[in-house]
Amino acid sequence: MVKLGASGKLDRRELTRALFEDRGDLLVVAGLGAPAWDITAVGDGPQNLPLWGGMGGAAMIGLGLALAQPDKTVLVLTGDGEMLMGIGSLATIAHQAPKNLSIVVQDNEHYGETGMQETATRQGTDLVKMAEGAGIRNTMLVTEPGQVPALKAAIHKKDGPLFAVAKIDPATLPLVLPPREGAILQARMREHLLGPAAHLA
Amino acid sequence: MDGKVIESAPNAAADWPDRIYDLLKQYNVRQVALVPDAGHSRLIKRCLADNELRVVTLTTEEEGVALMQGAWLGGQRSVLLMQSSGVGNCINMLSLSSIHRTPMPMIITMRGDFGEFNPAQIAMGQATQTVLEAMGTLVHRADRAEDVAETVEATLKLAYNTFRPTATLIGQRVLGAKTFGKD
Repeated sequence: MVKLGASGKLDRRELTRALFEDRGDLLVVAGLGAPAWDITAVGDGPQNLPLWGGMGGAAMIGLGLALAQPDKTVLVLTGDGEMLMGIGSLATIAHQAPKNLSIVVQDNEHYGETGMQETATRQGTDLVKMAEGAGIRNTMLVTEPGQVPALKAAIHKKDGPLFAVAKIDPATLPLVLPPREGAILQARMREHLLGPAAHLA
Repeated sequence: MDGKVIESAPNAAADWPDRIYDLLKQYNVRQVALVPDAGHSRLIKRCLADNELRVVTLTTEEEGVALMQGAWLGGQRSVLLMQSSGVGNCINMLSLSSIHRTPMPMIITMRGDFGEFNPAQIAMGQATQTVLEAMGTLVHRADRAEDVAETVEATLKLAYNTFRPTATLIGQRVLGAKTFGKD
C-alpha cells in the first residue's frame, strides 16, 4: 500500500514506485523537476525519458511516442505546473485519442523546484475537469492509497487516453538525478524500441 | 482582389504544395503536426486524405515541437507546418532538439514579409529567421515557387541526416500578400 506524507496525501515517490512495479513494456516520459527525479529514484533505464527542459511539452512528447509505438503502453508522469503550461495539449490529445497513452499528474499544488510557490491548482483549478472539458473521457482523481491499483490497471488497459490527477504530499524529497546528456536519454530509448538500427536511421 | 479573403493561399495552378506532399512521402514522414495556415491549406488537404500520415492539429505550435521529439523517440519521422507567427511560440521548446539531438524539420509560410498589409504581422515576420537561428535552426528561404520543393527537400535531409531543427521559409512573394481589399 502506498504510504502517505506528512500532509496526509500520497507520497510521490511511493506512488511512482507503485506505478513502476512490474512495469512490463511501459514507456515513461517524466516532466522536468521532481517527476524526473522520482522515476530515476525508482529505477533509471532505457524505458524512461526524464526531461531536463521543454516545460509544458511532456504530454505532447508522450503523444508523439504513443502514435509512433501503438503497441506499447506510454505513461507521461508530470507535475501540476508543467501540465498547466501545456494545458492546450489535452485538447490535441483528446482529438488524436491514442488508446495507449496515459497522463498522470502528480499534483502537489506548488512549483516545487523554484521555492514552493503556489500553482493554480492550489486555488481551485481542477485539472480533471479541464481534461474532461478538453474531451478526454477517461479520467481519475486519486487521493487515497486504495485507488492506486485501479490507476495502475487503467494505465495498462490501453483504453485511453487516460488522464489522472494524484494529489500528493508537497514534501521535497532527496534529489536523484538521471543522466544529464539528453542525446543518451533519447538514443537509449530508441535502441530499446528499434534495436541497433536506431543509430543508423 | 476579393476583400473578404482573410488569408492568402497559393494560386490553384501552383504545384509546389503537391511537391511538398510528394517529399513527405519520399522521406517516409509519418506524423504531420500543424497549426493551419492558408498558405499550407492545399498541402494539409493532401495530408488529411492520406491514411499513412497522422495529421496532428495543435492548439499552439510549441506542441508540435514536443510531438516531433516523441515521434523520433518512437522511431517515426515528423514535420511541423506553421505560419511565421507561430515560430515565436516555439522558442523554448526548440531546446528539446539541442538537448536530445532530435530532427525537427519545419515548413513555414511567411507573413509580415513581402508586401504585407497587416502591421500586426511585421514584428514576428521580420524576427522569424533570427529567432529560429538563435535556437540553432538551419534556415533556408524560398522566394520563388520553383525553389520551394528543392528547399524543402534540403530542409528534410538536413534534419534527418544531421539531427537538428531545420526550416524552410516560404516567402510571402510566393504566397501572395493579403490586402483586405485595400490593394
